[in-house]
Amino acid sequence: MKWQIKVKLKSGILDPQGKTVHHALQHLGFQQIKDVRIGKLMEIELEDMPEAEARKLLEDASRKLLANPVVEEFEIEGPMP
Amino acid sequence: MKAGVVIFPGSNCDRDAFEALKLMGYEVSYIWHQETQLKGLDLVVLPGGFSYGDYLRAGAIARFSPVMREVVKFAHKGGKVLGICNGFQILTEAGLLPGALLRNQSLRFVCKYVSVRVENKNTIFTHRVTVERPLRIPIAHGEGNYVVDDDTLAEMKAHQQIIFRYVNEEGIVTPEANPNGSRENIAGVINRQGNVLGMMPHPERAVEHLLGSEDGRFIFESLLAE
Repeated sequence: MKWQIKVKLKSGILDPQGKTVHHALQHLGFQQIKDVRIGKLMEIELEDMPEAEARKLLEDASRKLLANPVVEEFEIEGPMP
Repeated sequence: MKAGVVIFPGSNCDRDAFEALKLMGYEVSYIWHQETQLKGLDLVVLPGGFSYGDYLRAGAIARFSPVMREVVKFAHKGGKVLGICNGFQILTEAGLLPGALLRNQSLRFVCKYVSVRVENKNTIFTHRVTVERPLRIPIAHGEGNYVVDDDTLAEMKAHQQIIFRYVNEEGIVTPEANPNGSRENIAGVINRQGNVLGMMPHPERAVEHLLGSEDGRFIFESLLAE
């Protein structure tokens, strides 16, 4: 089964990469875009297992390695169709 | 004083650290990242570089290498640990030091000499700093932007855990002297127990006059005198 984990910087933390991309978009005329923040999308291929168990496993993996809880938060989405 | 310099895949300041320690009179050996014991060492140095390609986050993978399990145990038992640049990043990822190091605010890799003020000379790493002026030590990093939350920062201040700050040549903390956007110009921090230090500047690159500065010697002299 396929899952996705989104890792992003916590809301209070400055994202210079997002800011730079936002500036570039403005130069290209995309004035309607008000802000950009950049994170990571991880696609996970997981053995078949009950959904609750899968979620718990991925949360554990996210806390241990995939996200740094000091500065990042994560969202788990799945199972993907 | 027996010192070990850890080599991760992607470390690139391991030889500089080795040579600097040798020059300063340490008995030095290399420690491969697969090593599972740190027999007889007084000091472990985590050198700069790009361990495991800095994949995921700088230091994130290195922190789970076999040797790091031993380094964490070593640190908990009071062993001295010095993390330089990537080594500092690994120590924060391992939870041995507070905070995190993110992408420089400029998004640029910054490689230059900086002035750093020693904020606390009452540590095993800094007690032999005999000068009042800021130290001149080079930095070379893309991810040195020190981030820490308010509560942790207050606690760190209460325990004098901020050891180095980026300053101008007069020794004053200014926004211009901050090369990477670090909170309150923080360049180096120590753990509460006082045996683990992480710093972005490279003292091992500042031990010979020929290379531009000898100010890194103060740190190695301090440890040696312990």
